[in-house]
Formats: sequence, C-alpha cells, structure tokens
Amino acid sequence: MVARRIMWMPPTLFGLVLIVFAISHVIRSDPARVMAGENAPAEQVQALRHKYGLDLPLPQQFLRYVGDSATGNMGTSLFTQRPVAEDLWSRLPATLELALYAIVIAVVAGVPLGVVAALRRNSLLDHVVRLATVTGLAMAAFWLAILLQLTFSMWLGVTPVQGRIDGWGPDPITGFYTIDAVLRGDWETFGQSLRYLALPMLTLALPAMATIVRFTRAGVLNVMSSNFVFYQTAMGIPRRRVVWKYILRSALIGTLTQIGLIFGNLIAGAVVVETVFDWPGLGSFAVNSILQSDYNAIMSFTLFVGVVFILVNLLVDVAQAVLDPRGR
Amino acid sequence: MRTLRRLIRDRSALLGLIIVALLVLAAVFAWPLATFPQDVTNYDPPHRLLPPGSIYWLGTDRMGADIYSRLLFGARITILIAVTATTVAVLIGVPMGLVAGYYNNRLSDLLMRISDVFLAVPQIVLAIAIAQTLGPAIQNVILALSITYWPFWARLVYAETRSLRNEVFIEAAIALGASPLRVMALHVLPSIASSVIVRTTIGMGGTILVAAALGFLGLGPPPPTPEWGRMIAESRGFLPQAWWYAAAPGIAILLVVMGFNLLGDGLRDVLDPRLRRGGADAS
Repeated sequence: MVARRIMWMPPTLFGLVLIVFAISHVIRSDPARVMAGENAPAEQVQALRHKYGLDLPLPQQFLRYVGDSATGNMGTSLFTQRPVAEDLWSRLPATLELALYAIVIAVVAGVPLGVVAALRRNSLLDHVVRLATVTGLAMAAFWLAILLQLTFSMWLGVTPVQGRIDGWGPDPITGFYTIDAVLRGDWETFGQSLRYLALPMLTLALPAMATIVRFTRAGVLNVMSSNFVFYQTAMGIPRRRVVWKYILRSALIGTLTQIGLIFGNLIAGAVVVETVFDWPGLGSFAVNSILQSDYNAIMSFTLFVGVVFILVNLLVDVAQAVLDPRGR
Repeated sequence: MRTLRRLIRDRSALLGLIIVALLVLAAVFAWPLATFPQDVTNYDPPHRLLPPGSIYWLGTDRMGADIYSRLLFGARITILIAVTATTVAVLIGVPMGLVAGYYNNRLSDLLMRISDVFLAVPQIVLAIAIAQTLGPAIQNVILALSITYWPFWARLVYAETRSLRNEVFIEAAIALGASPLRVMALHVLPSIASSVIVRTTIGMGGTILVAAALGFLGLGPPPPTPEWGRMIAESRGFLPQAWWYAAAPGIAILLVVMGFNLLGDGLRDVLDPRLRRGGADAS
C-alpha cells in the first residue's frame, strides 16, 4: 500500500508540473507582454520572450520547465527580482510555525471534545459541540480572522493587530520565533511572539478543530458498538480504560486520515488568514504575488504547496499503516 | 414526496432547506425585496458608512450604498457561481467516474490518476492560480472552480460504480444484451444518484466558500459588483468603526454555507440509510 503510494509519487508530481505549466504557458497566451507592461515596444517584448525561452515551441518549453522545477529552479520573481525558490524558503518557517501550532491546538482540544460528545450522545454538551462544529465548518476563514481582529485587537486591545514580532525576530536557529526565543533564553521575545501568534493560530485552529471533533465523535460512536468493546466491558475492564485506551486508539485511525485534508485546509486558510494578519509567510507571499500579477511566483507557490501536500499525504499513509494492523 | 416529508421531520435538515430556499428567493426577488434597489452600484458620498438603522437596515458601505440591498443582489452572484460551477464539475466528473468504474481497465487507471493529480493541490490554491491567470471576472471564477472541483465527483462515482459492477441486476442487464451506455445511464446512474445528490449539496457550500475567498483576494468579479467576499475585503479599510460593513456579508456567507451543509447531511440520512449521522462517515 505504502510502496504503491511511493511508486505513484513521481507520476503525480509530473502531472502537477504539467497542470501548472498548462495554466501558466498555455492558458495565459503571452507572459512576455505582461512582464514588459501594457505599452512596451514590440522589440522589448520580443527580447523578453527570447530571454525566457518563450519563443520556443511548447513541448520544448515544457521540457525546460520540468528540468528547472526538478532542480529547484523556480525562476525569478518579477517583482522582488530575487529567485522565487529563495523567497519561498525564507517564508516557509513562518507558515509552518502557524500551521503546527494550529494543528496541535486542534488535536489537543478537538479529540477529547469529540470523545466526550460521543460518550454523552444527544446530551446538551453534544448539541452545543455539534452547533459549534457546524458553524466552524461554514465560516469563511478570512471573515473569522477579521472578526477576531476586530474583537481582540481593535476593541479589547489585548493582542497586536498585525505582524509577527516588534522589530526583528530572534536570531534564527529553526526559524520558529517561539522556539528560537526559548533556545536563546529570551522570554520577553517568547511572550511577544505568542501574543502575535494567538489570533492567526486561533483562526486556523477552529475549522480544523471542527473537522477533528466530527471525525473523532463519529469514530468513537462506530467503535463503541463493535464486538471487542462489548467483550472488554464484559471482561470487567474499567470503562475509563476501555474508552481512553482501546476505543480512542481505534477511533483515531479514522481521524488520522483526515489530517491530510486538514493540512490542505490549513494551507488554504493560511493564504487568506496571513493576509488579514500581515503574517510574513507563504500565504501572504502568494497574495502579494496576485496583487502584483507576479505569475511566476504564483505558479511556483502552487507547485511548492502541491509538493508539500503530496509529501504530507504520504506521511499520513505511512503513519496509518504503522498504527492500523489491518493495513499491513 | 416521502423523501421530502422525512427531510422536514429532521429539524436541522429542515433548517438547511429553509435557508437554501430563502437564498433562492432573495436572489430571484432581489429587486422587489431590496430597500434601495436602484442604488446598489451608485456613488452617494453624503450617505457613506452609516450604521444600521430604520432607513438603512444593515448600514451603508464606503460608496454610500445600502448593504442590505447589496447583499440581496450579491445572492444572485453567489447562486450563479455556485450552481454553474457545480453543474460543470458534475457534468465532467460523473461521466468520467462512470466510465472509469464500469470498464476498470487501463483507461480507468489513467482517469483516476488524473483526478488524483488535481486533488494533490488544495482546491483554493489551484483555483487562485487559474483565476489569477485568467483575470478577475465572474466566468473565470466559475471556470476555476469547475476545473478544481470535478475530481470529487469522479472519485465518488468511480467508487460507487465499481462496487455496483458485480451486482446481479447489472450482470442481468448486460446478459440481456444492453449496451454499456444503456447499462451506465439506466441502471448504474439511478442507483448512485442519491450519493451524487448528497455530494453536490455539500459541494455547493464548499464552492461558495472558495468563491468568496477568491472575491476577497480580488480575483472575483470586479467592482462595483456586490460580491460578498469582495464586500468584506472593502470593509477592512474602515474597521473598527464600520463593524457592520464586515459583519453583514460574513453572516450571509456563514448562513448560506451552513444551509447547504445541513441540507446535505439531512439528505444523506434520508436517502442513504447505510450512512446515518454519527456513522462511520461524517465528511
């Protein structure tokens, strides 16, 4: 199963490159014209076309594109004039820090809530949790971000409105400000980066939590009616132990499959949430590129996220195969 | 009829049905329902950014237009985008899944691999790339959403068709000499229709969310179109004073997406007794 997934990775990546190439080189008819600007003279457009190999036949352009992507060369940003790959790498830690905290919060809060909601099915708590998850899944991430910003930053003034830190971050070790601050023993910076993290993290965590609560609840209900739980209860194993050890383990396997989906949602959420909080990560990079029509950067972002996404899904498959004896 | 009656008995599904019906009504009767239908795209500086009150029920925006009226006309855009994009995605995905699931050969593998590649990127990221390339316009949003969403239906129909492939009634139809097209259209399709309907209903909610995000990022229909996502983006320059400006369109999106999700969940319970709520599949 896992071997099969790994085998399919190269063709999937190739397909991804093909799609991104098709969007950037086939749908958009004349990138050189866009780069040069509306009123550029014809010679200048032609020179640009030649410089980037846009005057070659499409198949040849595609081969060049595949070669470049495989070696990590994503071209130059039309706006910052820096290699796009460099820009993406330098912004990756900010997004990862945000996403990791969000997913940790979502799991730590979501799993117990899902279990309790399942154990007390149709209780008041279950209904409240259900209402909250239904709302969480229907909310537009950018709107939730603005709502939190309005309430906590603008009205109550307890969190910063935008940004990641005052001035410069701690000297990078991992690129995660919170971890770097702890490693350097700088507790003031640590507290400050937590305050900046709070709202964007919460915005990303709430919808992820809704998904986790739903799947954990469904998983627990499913396992609770299975024979082995009946058997364990009949054996006199304490209820608490049956629930938090055996039922939870089986139920979590189903939740785990959703981590890939949740991660995708987090990246999608990051695009708009980072814009609202001016968080210097991949998402705001993508949005800035949109605003500046920097299509080279957008396509590289798409490719980059696709690769990360494929790897995460692979990891989830591996983790599931390890945890679930049926998959072996 | 029985389906409808059972749907109404489920309280949350009924709520979903009511919300969706209200959305359709709002879109169809936007003109008579609006308090200032003629001023939706006008510039009226003296009435800029007024808070909600008896004249402007939900306040006014930066152009001095009535937000309540704009929301009603925005419902038309939301419906247009969601219905068209979902329909196109269904029209691509369902036949693809049917063919792939029915034949189960090399071609099936290829089709499913193609859909996997599309699913390898988060939907909104791919939609952003396409919409950005094509430029901000309503038809480009629809195209971007259709291209990113068809694999969901292809996957679903493929799985369902494959599980039906060895059922006796399908084999009987083939043995009686029915052509593959006839078997697919008259025997397989009706049996999987209910799952397609459920998926489509829930898919509408997802499409609306992504469309709003595209609008928020400036990739939706250009101003002064009353698109909900763009309205929220515009409001950001006037916070925290003009809170109603950001709140109203966001609540509209929330309600509509919730409506489709609740209706979809309810339909699943009614149409597909194998997957009652709280069962194994909660997606």
